[in-house]
Amino acid sequence: MSVSTSEQAGAAPKSRLRSFLDGDVWYSFTRSPVVMLSAIFLIVTFLAAVFAPYVAPHDPFDLASIDLMDASLPPAWEADGDPRFLLGTDDQGRDVLSTIIFGARISLIVGIAAVAFSIVLGVGLGLISGYVGGRLDAFIMRVADVQLSFPSILIALLIDGVARSVISRSAHDEIALYVLVFAIGVSGWVQYARTVRGSTLVERDKEYVQAARVIGMGPTLILWRHVLPNVMGPVLVIATIHLAVAIITEATLSFLGVGVPPTTPSLGTLIRIGNDYLFSGEWWITIFPGVALVLLVLAINLLGDWLRDALNPKLR
Amino acid sequence: MVALLDIKGLRVEFPSRRGHVVAIQDLTLELAPGEILGVVGESGAGKSTIGAAVSGLLEPPGEVTGGEVRLKGERIDNLDEHQRRAIRGRRIGMIFQDPLTSLDPLQTIERQLIDTIDHHLAVGEKEARARAVNLLDQVGIPDPNVRIAQYPHQFSGGMRQRVVIALALAAEPELVIADEPTTALDVSVQAQILELLKSLCREKQVGMILITHDMGVIADTADRVCVMYRGRVVETGVTTQIIGAPRHDYTKSLISAIPRPDRRSRRFPLVTYIEGEEERPEKIDLGSHWLGQSRDFGAGEDVMLKAEDLRMEFLTQRSMWRSKRKYLRAVDDVSFEIRSGEVFGLVGESGSGKSTIARLVTGIYRPSGGSVTFAGQDLTALKTRAEAAPWRRQMQMIFQDPFSSLNGRMRVRDIVAEPIHFHRLAGSREEAQKIVKDLLELVGLGAAAAVRFPHEFSGGQRQRISIARALATRPRFLICDEPTSALDVSIQAQILNLLKDLQEQLQLSVLFISHDLPVIRQMCDRVGVMRHGKLLEVAETETLFQRPSHEYSRHLLDLMPKLEGLRREEVMEGQSVA
Repeated sequence: MSVSTSEQAGAAPKSRLRSFLDGDVWYSFTRSPVVMLSAIFLIVTFLAAVFAPYVAPHDPFDLASIDLMDASLPPAWEADGDPRFLLGTDDQGRDVLSTIIFGARISLIVGIAAVAFSIVLGVGLGLISGYVGGRLDAFIMRVADVQLSFPSILIALLIDGVARSVISRSAHDEIALYVLVFAIGVSGWVQYARTVRGSTLVERDKEYVQAARVIGMGPTLILWRHVLPNVMGPVLVIATIHLAVAIITEATLSFLGVGVPPTTPSLGTLIRIGNDYLFSGEWWITIFPGVALVLLVLAINLLGDWLRDALNPKLR
Repeated sequence: MVALLDIKGLRVEFPSRRGHVVAIQDLTLELAPGEILGVVGESGAGKSTIGAAVSGLLEPPGEVTGGEVRLKGERIDNLDEHQRRAIRGRRIGMIFQDPLTSLDPLQTIERQLIDTIDHHLAVGEKEARARAVNLLDQVGIPDPNVRIAQYPHQFSGGMRQRVVIALALAAEPELVIADEPTTALDVSVQAQILELLKSLCREKQVGMILITHDMGVIADTADRVCVMYRGRVVETGVTTQIIGAPRHDYTKSLISAIPRPDRRSRRFPLVTYIEGEEERPEKIDLGSHWLGQSRDFGAGEDVMLKAEDLRMEFLTQRSMWRSKRKYLRAVDDVSFEIRSGEVFGLVGESGSGKSTIARLVTGIYRPSGGSVTFAGQDLTALKTRAEAAPWRRQMQMIFQDPFSSLNGRMRVRDIVAEPIHFHRLAGSREEAQKIVKDLLELVGLGAAAAVRFPHEFSGGQRQRISIARALATRPRFLICDEPTSALDVSIQAQILNLLKDLQEQLQLSVLFISHDLPVIRQMCDRVGVMRHGKLLEVAETETLFQRPSHEYSRHLLDLMPKLEGLRREEVMEGQSVA
């Protein structure tokens, strides 16, 4: 059977879903069990995080339901375990499993929001830099170079520190989440800007962009309608890997005590709290959130690696 | 006598998850020492796969699934990789299309040649060097003793291809496979390289398989020709017979689609054998249709476009100081006029500034000097985009590469409708969609194409989409920048016919840019010849072809493949040959 383009053109047009299911990306997805496992794990985690109030066996925020008498109970299968608390409780009597579910929620919210912020900033600057060129391009790229010479966690710490000293303590707890998103987001825009600038330089000289200029379109419209859709492929791949990095950064900042307020359970805060009890025998407080964090990041990374390969025609 | 190369019943398949693609089916051919066998066919016919199968360079997952290949009587298709390597280079030399990428840029020519010679012949460094110098001399590189120490980037494209040939011949192979050896080169260089290949084959009694899509190359070089169509050989024969009296229908239509260098015909005969795509008779009455009506510009200027002392300089060396900056003058004081309703051609070799002129006229580039006057309006005097918009709208452009000239993320209907919406030429979305439908019919694609994406179409069909988009602003001036040079010859004939029809129906003025003289002869009323950014001569097409006045024009015309003995059958207008 010979598959030629003219024959394909003769067939009825496919719906987007149909052509996706027929496509190579979906095919390679169904052929790799590890990736499918990661995807299933992520979907379960996402659903659990979104529906946390309904899924979690306890509400770690409901002070009335917390009993100090339940503090530091080991997991249910240990000798002193309580069947109500599957993974045990922390030093204040909060159910570890429920806290992990609520913690994952915070981690994902911060991670996704920070990545979205990075994308908007990085892609925007990258497009302008690549399309306009000249001095503006040089300026944006030098700023990017300077930022790259600092570790991103340092930049996030810096922004967070500045925010803390500028904003009063009571107000800070409320907007801590936004500061965190901003800090992690700003620390990650460079790789988007560089990638998009590179692709834009290639796309800018293609004839379809020239055709749009011959029609009379201005640069804003050309960038938005023609260049942007064609440079987004690599951005999606970077975004998945970046999501894992953002979640780790959030956990690290929270672990250091400069992330979300201590009253809000994120995976990082949980690990920090448990860390104090690790050597006194209450290992479950820190190990379970730690494992949850590792699994979450690992699954996202595996999915991101696969996506990079699947979208690269040379590796297919 | 044992043939040099003997291929019997060769079958090559590319397994994929949507079934096996058979690239070559039941291929049988023979080659004698010193003979040049031309393999012609259009893209996807399986020409290059033959070369890869013989030399054992098939890209996985491609595999030989049947038949046998014998080199001087020995089977070479079932060897393992180690044995194959001993043959490749030593007994089979390869010449590839792109001289820019087939040499290692980090090594001198000397190193590459000596390594190849020493590896295959084991003659020692000193002897190898002597042979290398000798080889360079044979392929016509002046001062071989000096130039051998240079790097590939210090050679021009044609010279580099000579080095590649020297490299292919280094181990004194018995068989050379040349895959489109001159496609990336200018005509003047092409003629020299072909002459060189021919004489080397005769001298050294080397057999050559010359793979190309260009009948002109075959006609000048090959002894015998093998015509391929969709993985099968449809006809094999002596070159003069194939070109003068083809037997198979496919060969006939292929030959008739070649633009004739020797005379002007009004239309190309239709090549129905190939895409099976019948040109639909056009029913739209342009007098009353949107496309024809309210062409809202002053009627009847004599001169549509006038370029005066047009100049374009590209910065090649940046510096803070004005005096230290260096510029490349791509277009050098060029002046010409295009009359209303005329097709004006620009011809020249690559780098002559043809395409730069197109981009200056459409406003993609701003000229460094001179002016472009369009329908009485000096475009270079207009400062803002908004001011220029009504004028720009009336000139549209068709680009060379059908694969990059359409945005792959947009549906065809959105691509064609974009200029309509941008210039607010239609009252409503529905009206715009109706116009898009009509435009697609007009360019012979059918309205069903509207909901598809560009990647679902072949090169020729994409070029039709490009034409539809260009017509969507109701232009009266069209710029065609090498509109068919990326297309197969049969598709080229269809597209050129379409352009001719549209030009007549819509009374368009056209700037037609091409490096291909026969195409220029078929399409243009007047022609300008360009070289190194300068316009050397402007003449009526027939005058130029019969009595060129500038020396360079004469030179170009001499290099044009003559296709002697081309089938003399007169083809009636519009009659199908197949």
